[in-house]
Amino acid sequence: MADTAVAHGADHGAHHTTTGLSNNKLGMWIFLGSECLLFGGLISTYMLYKGRVGEGPQPDQIYDIPFTSVSSFVLLMSSLTMVLAVSAANRQDDRNTNLWLTVTAILGATFVGGQVYEFTAFYREGLGFTTSLFGSSFYTLTGFHGVHVTVGIIMLMALVGMVRRNRIPGSKAETVEMIGLYWHFVDIVWIVIFTLVYLIPS
Amino acid sequence: MSTATEHATHESTEHGENHGASDKQYVVIALVLAVLTAIEVSTYYVDFGPLFMPTLFVLMIVKFVIVVSYFMHLKFDNKLFSYLFYSGLILAVSVYAGALATFKFFLQKG
Amino acid sequence: MAIIERPSADVAVAGAPTVVKPSEALGVFKRPAATSSWKDWLVTVDHKKLGIMYGVAAFFFFIVGGLEAVLIRLQLMGPEGKVLSADQYNQMFTMHATTMVFLFVMPMAAAFANYFVPLQIGARDVAFPRINAFGFWCFLFGGIFLNTSWFLGGAADGGWFMYAPNSSTLFSPTHGIDFWVLGLQITGIASLTGSINLIVTILNMRAPGMKLMRMPIFTWMVLVVQFLLLFAIPVITVALFLLSFQRTFDATFFDVAAGADPLLWQHLFWIFGHPEVYILILPSFGIVSEIIPVFSKKPLFGYPIVALSGAAIGFVGWGVWAHHMFSSGLGPVSVAVFSLSTMAIAVPTGVKIVNWVMTMWGGKLTFATPMLFAIGLVVQFTIGGLSGVTHSVAPSDTQQTDTYYIVAHFHYVLFGGAIFGLFAGFYYWWPKIFRRQLNEKLGKWNFWLMVVGMNMTFGPMHILGLQGQPRRMQVWTEARAGEGFFNLGFWNFIASTGSLILSLGILFFIINVVYTHKSKKVAIAPLDPWDARSLEWMTSNPPVEHNFDSIPNVDHLDEFFHRKYEQDANTHEIKQVATAEEVLADMNAHPDEHIHMPSRSYWPILVALALPIICYGLIYNRLLMAVGAAFLLLTMFGWAMEPATAPDDDFDPPAPGEGGGTTKELAPLG
Repeated sequence: MADTAVAHGADHGAHHTTTGLSNNKLGMWIFLGSECLLFGGLISTYMLYKGRVGEGPQPDQIYDIPFTSVSSFVLLMSSLTMVLAVSAANRQDDRNTNLWLTVTAILGATFVGGQVYEFTAFYREGLGFTTSLFGSSFYTLTGFHGVHVTVGIIMLMALVGMVRRNRIPGSKAETVEMIGLYWHFVDIVWIVIFTLVYLIPS
Repeated sequence: MSTATEHATHESTEHGENHGASDKQYVVIALVLAVLTAIEVSTYYVDFGPLFMPTLFVLMIVKFVIVVSYFMHLKFDNKLFSYLFYSGLILAVSVYAGALATFKFFLQKG
Repeated sequence: MAIIERPSADVAVAGAPTVVKPSEALGVFKRPAATSSWKDWLVTVDHKKLGIMYGVAAFFFFIVGGLEAVLIRLQLMGPEGKVLSADQYNQMFTMHATTMVFLFVMPMAAAFANYFVPLQIGARDVAFPRINAFGFWCFLFGGIFLNTSWFLGGAADGGWFMYAPNSSTLFSPTHGIDFWVLGLQITGIASLTGSINLIVTILNMRAPGMKLMRMPIFTWMVLVVQFLLLFAIPVITVALFLLSFQRTFDATFFDVAAGADPLLWQHLFWIFGHPEVYILILPSFGIVSEIIPVFSKKPLFGYPIVALSGAAIGFVGWGVWAHHMFSSGLGPVSVAVFSLSTMAIAVPTGVKIVNWVMTMWGGKLTFATPMLFAIGLVVQFTIGGLSGVTHSVAPSDTQQTDTYYIVAHFHYVLFGGAIFGLFAGFYYWWPKIFRRQLNEKLGKWNFWLMVVGMNMTFGPMHILGLQGQPRRMQVWTEARAGEGFFNLGFWNFIASTGSLILSLGILFFIINVVYTHKSKKVAIAPLDPWDARSLEWMTSNPPVEHNFDSIPNVDHLDEFFHRKYEQDANTHEIKQVATAEEVLADMNAHPDEHIHMPSRSYWPILVALALPIICYGLIYNRLLMAVGAAFLLLTMFGWAMEPATAPDDDFDPPAPGEGGGTTKELAPLG
């Protein structure tokens, strides 16, 4: 009753897996599932503390909805450009992949720039990190999100470099898709934050 | 977008599985998202009355699901990904809503 | 003397890449080639080596945590103890619990999971081997980082659940809690990455025919635990960030004067903390679910129920966390809800006990040491579970909470349950990993001393608790000790004596290990000393680096058992048709060609090293932090550029005198 030699690991490119799904993609989706718990905790902390303003400014006194709306729109559009990059990568179109990845990174950087401007404006208007519970939780939540966006931008730029030099270990399209998943996740977290934090005044 | 791409996409949507939307469809989806965002922002300027919170919540959820389903491709991928991601999401919402409930968060007046 | 010996020469090896010429490196330096020196351990990505490393490190921390416990018990042995000052005492119980939970039980379970899950599912390694290595180094560096606090101004002293606002700098001005917070963040990264790794491995890398409902229960329990970790670690991550921002940057999250609510910490901690206790116990449940059938010569009773009840425990476990907060002022509605959910979770747990007992019922029992420890878990966990059920009744818990009754409960389930399960695993799997069976006589001494010691230490704590001795009490006096049967001083004395007997029992384990490996009289263990049932036994001792010469096809639950035994169609008698050696030889007769194993890498340890540097910087010197962050960025880039499996020409040639590159060169026996 000899086993037939099943060539596990014999082929270098296509990975045979039990579910037929890619290890990397499965890993990324699982990771994003766990990130829901991370941002959920930060959002809940904010929701609990948003009304506790002490001597400092209140949310509806300090938020600049028009400005943040533009920021949100920028981030949303970066999801579009990201998906166009993935589409180009699936077509093996390196030039357009890099084009759209770069545009995504620029839009992301614009968003982060907007966040930085917003933070400094709020600080000047009297809302510091330690001013009140509202301040601490606002900056922590949006700060964590901003750091995630920044990490995403770094990954996008690294990806652009690696695509150009053909230095991606493994499938190029899959790598772009995975970074795309991360990027979209960061966008959907912002969709939630924009509504719960900005549009629903305290 | 070349016709070759559209043709390839058209083929694969016949098979169902992999390729989801075409580039052109992605742009349309993005425009839909932009419109939804505009409606959200309009709640800042226009008085929605008692529809204020429900509108914002519905819009938030719709935008969320659109990005996840189309941009993140979840609608066209293996259902296992959906189970894994949504179970994390639902767990997060349940557990944190439960904690906030013990703080009587949902009973206070806004 | 090497504990790990080379695989025996009679197993065929296929497709090993041979020595090649150096050429242009893809990474910064060339990939490390295999050596038999200590350096190999620094760059290995082999799940088996990593399992051993997790095990050794975890056992070291077990001794550290145990010494901390003994100091506590010595302090409480007599009235007005002078062993520990109040401040030292606070540090001692905080670190004892932190060490035992995060640096012993969790990593030891990870050790078993890392070593055996790929083998049990018929895989060659995990899905992301370098991330696996990275996780180990994070655990080790995080644990060491955490413990350096002892020498740097004092360890954390806020209790292992570190309630706010007691944990703020106002009440705890040393850096101990900062070390605690940051150390746990680092080890948390290990747990989170490990969980992603094992989930993908178990879902995606099973041998052909290995359906989910044919997986061994140990693998099932590990799968449930990984999901618990995946979703619970981010919650404590949030809590730890909030606390560290408060302590380091003066955020006001737990500053009551600013309007903060201390219950926020409690919720965040316990939303993590309750799934955490299932994370601690389920692997041991998995281990005994392997052992009891083998030593009862009967298949596990109700396999699907055992698997699904594990999943049910994992699921319901998310809905009970506030039972740790019954006396915190939640209000009657919340208390009632969580009281009910806590009662509910006793059901799937009780189901498992029934299944184990029914497995043994009517079986042909043998009582080798693994089985003794497994039965020990069943009995002692049941006792601990019964006290747990009394906690679920909120009114009675209001008296019990924060007393030694709770301490009794969780030590029965954690020591009597989880740790006994781990010891069962040691004795059961030792011959497979280390080629020798631990001595049975010493094993029995080990077991019985631990049983007597454990029950003598923690049994009286039920009485102590119900009679009012609070937790974390540093000292007791004769005047307050009471009289007669309930003289608390007497029971404290008994408990402390028990802890010394328990320590002696653990010493016997160490003696057993040393004896087994140093003695010339101990024979090399056979391939299948216990007549086991699952795939990890269908390998050499220890398994070759690539685990299986050919990946087996799986047609049954307990596949290995079915290859050795067949049931006669007419008489229904079970007859042996092959020995383990024959099964293995049969499987290896047609080895797979071109086995590509993941390559060694130095990036995991380097990236992990950046983390404590950043953390020391956060506490002491922001420049150091920046240096650490830069190092992290650079090493992560280096890792990203490196393919998981190196092409053949990316290796240094081996030093003269060593065996061929990554060839599984076989040392002759004898």
